[in-house]
Amino acid sequence: MINIDLFVLTKIIIVLPLVSSLISGYCSLLYNKIKNIYIDFISLFAVGISCLISLYVFYGFYIDKYKTLEVLLYIWGVTGGVNLEVGILIDKLSSIMIMIVTFVSFMVHIYTMGYMAQDPGYKRFFSYISFFTFAMLVLVLSNNFLQLFFGWEAVGLTSYLLIGFWFNKESAIFANLKAFLVNRVGDLGFIIGIAAILYQFGTLNYLEIFSMTTKNNISNFYTFYIFGYECYITTFICLCLFVGAMGKSAQIPLHVWLPDSMEGPTPISALIHAATMVTAGIFMCVRMSPIFEFSQTALTFVLIIGTLTCVMMGLIGIVQNDIKRIIAYSTLSQLGLMMAAVGVSAYSAAIFHLMTHAFFKALLFLGAGSVIIGVHHEQNINNMGGVGRYMPVTYITMLFATLALIGFPGFSGFFSKDLIIECIKISNMPYINCIYYIIVFSVFITSLYSFRMFFIVFHNTKTKSILYNNVKESSVFILLPLLLLTIPSIISGWVFIMHIINNYFENTIFVLADHNVVSFVKEHYHSRLDFMIHGCFSFISLLSLCGIFVSYYIYIYKPKLPYVLKFKLKYIYIVLVNKYGFDIFNELVLTVLVKKISIICGKILDKYIIDGIFVNGVARSIFYFSNFFRKIQTGYLYTYVSFMIVGLLILVFVMINS
Amino acid sequence: MITLIDCMLFALILFIIGLTGIFFNRKNIITLLMCLELVLLAVNTNFIIFSSLSGNLEGQIFVFFILAVAAVEISTGLAILVMVFRQRKTINIENLNILKG
Repeated sequence: MINIDLFVLTKIIIVLPLVSSLISGYCSLLYNKIKNIYIDFISLFAVGISCLISLYVFYGFYIDKYKTLEVLLYIWGVTGGVNLEVGILIDKLSSIMIMIVTFVSFMVHIYTMGYMAQDPGYKRFFSYISFFTFAMLVLVLSNNFLQLFFGWEAVGLTSYLLIGFWFNKESAIFANLKAFLVNRVGDLGFIIGIAAILYQFGTLNYLEIFSMTTKNNISNFYTFYIFGYECYITTFICLCLFVGAMGKSAQIPLHVWLPDSMEGPTPISALIHAATMVTAGIFMCVRMSPIFEFSQTALTFVLIIGTLTCVMMGLIGIVQNDIKRIIAYSTLSQLGLMMAAVGVSAYSAAIFHLMTHAFFKALLFLGAGSVIIGVHHEQNINNMGGVGRYMPVTYITMLFATLALIGFPGFSGFFSKDLIIECIKISNMPYINCIYYIIVFSVFITSLYSFRMFFIVFHNTKTKSILYNNVKESSVFILLPLLLLTIPSIISGWVFIMHIINNYFENTIFVLADHNVVSFVKEHYHSRLDFMIHGCFSFISLLSLCGIFVSYYIYIYKPKLPYVLKFKLKYIYIVLVNKYGFDIFNELVLTVLVKKISIICGKILDKYIIDGIFVNGVARSIFYFSNFFRKIQTGYLYTYVSFMIVGLLILVFVMINS
Repeated sequence: MITLIDCMLFALILFIIGLTGIFFNRKNIITLLMCLELVLLAVNTNFIIFSSLSGNLEGQIFVFFILAVAAVEISTGLAILVMVFRQRKTINIENLNILKG
């Protein structure tokens, strides 16, 4: 194998999507008559090459050929002794991330050729998703917080643009504004966290910061007091960074934007709102593990928020009727699970689940998109039914994705999920027993809502469907990515589980010895088969199987039962349908409050104080002042001369006297 | 015998005539220019007096400079005057106050 420089490869990976984005963006704006096929060719070529190189780089790290590489590309600016750098840090963690990002992105690029074929904004769409790929790569490959923040904002921007891709749709505009505003809240916390890091460490470079966070050092750090409680700066930093992660990774209570973001086209739901961007928060927390490890408070907070998100969002998934929203709530629930894994210091398990989840959730979304096209842009699952007979490929791939999602033994989700649950079980965080049972319950919920959707869409022939005619399998561009994504959805868990357990991220992720739950898990399992056999007979697998049967019983065997249940459990149903009132609260309280404050600021502070006193006040006082003194300027020469003479006399007197 | 005081009084009188001319002349710009010239001549007279008294020629050399400057100034002034007359058909000072604040 030719030994090409890792640095060169990484640069190619980053630059290609940007070039593709610029070309298709240029064509979309100024040269729209160019045929779509050329844009396809350029984008697929760029992202495809990028994907291949990423796989190669990942493989290089996988077989330990490459070592961690940190390169400073250039110094963007120097301010107050702080270098604002642009650089690359590629190690095992970022290599796995670029593999996920470019692979899913490549699949989505292919899929888009089929899904968006009739859309007038075809080129614009390609430009956006290529740019998203670039931004995400910048995010995961950055070696300092500034660049991380740049990537963070850039993916947020593309998310905003893509949710509102169909800008004539009012709900899409509402949704993208909501996503943007909610992310602002998170980003505020994030940037405060970065500022605190700069204050404490004096640098923004990851490795320099991580070299400073050691057990001996940590006690010398800055502490401050809030209401008499001692507060460490590490806790403060972690909480602020986590607020950023909450915004991006849609944790309670900043999760409200993700379900609404389903207004965008389906390919971006798969790419951005399931596989990559929403996991950026988890990636960031994992990357910051050397800081998070030293703050028990922050970890506990992460754990609790993650667990709550996991179970509460899963429950909402049961009562949703929009096929994409069900998957969106499932994404939220799985993100919560990953956060909970971060909370118990099982960072590698979180990344593992992030990877498997990226594959099977992208597959689920793309499959849902295929169904939506098949049934002529109908998204309500109650209007579907028996689709499986007409779309066999979609049916099979969706089945695999759903099985992976619920953690059916042998599929990728099984390994990652089971690992996380094992880690939670043996962790020694506070309230861990309670959290363990909540997570286990959410496993049941996951299987319930996943198979509810699956059965209703693909099997249920009893409900009267208006869409039975003309349902046919989608085009090859849609089916190819489905099939390609099925492969990692099935095998990635099996391939990587032992590496994850055997400390694959040894030098990348830092875990304190007494937090290291993954290594505790290692003591119990010696091989994949061991892990699988244990997993098959644990009551977690039993619960997820139980979920399948329950949903089969409720939604297929006794189709009347859901209505009875809905009536019997009216109060729970109302709470769930209203999504615990987060949206209502936001709209009725927060929005109104913010609007009131804005009006006060705008009408009173801005208009009277800033404009009235400072801006116009200065002008007005100058006006009055000059109105008085302009009378001196008569325009007659003799007046000026007389002033001159008087001035001269005064000067003479002054000079004589001095 | 002409004393120093007499000479200086002469210069002072010239100066004051010039100034009052500028002051109280409300009609004619040409008169104004002449008065200006008068003020400069008063200064010249002073230069000559002190130069001849102290036996130093520098003062008298300076007078030539001032005369040259005055000539340039008056020619510029007259040129402006001609332009003003062409524009406004008058050289009455009372009417030349468009710089009024």
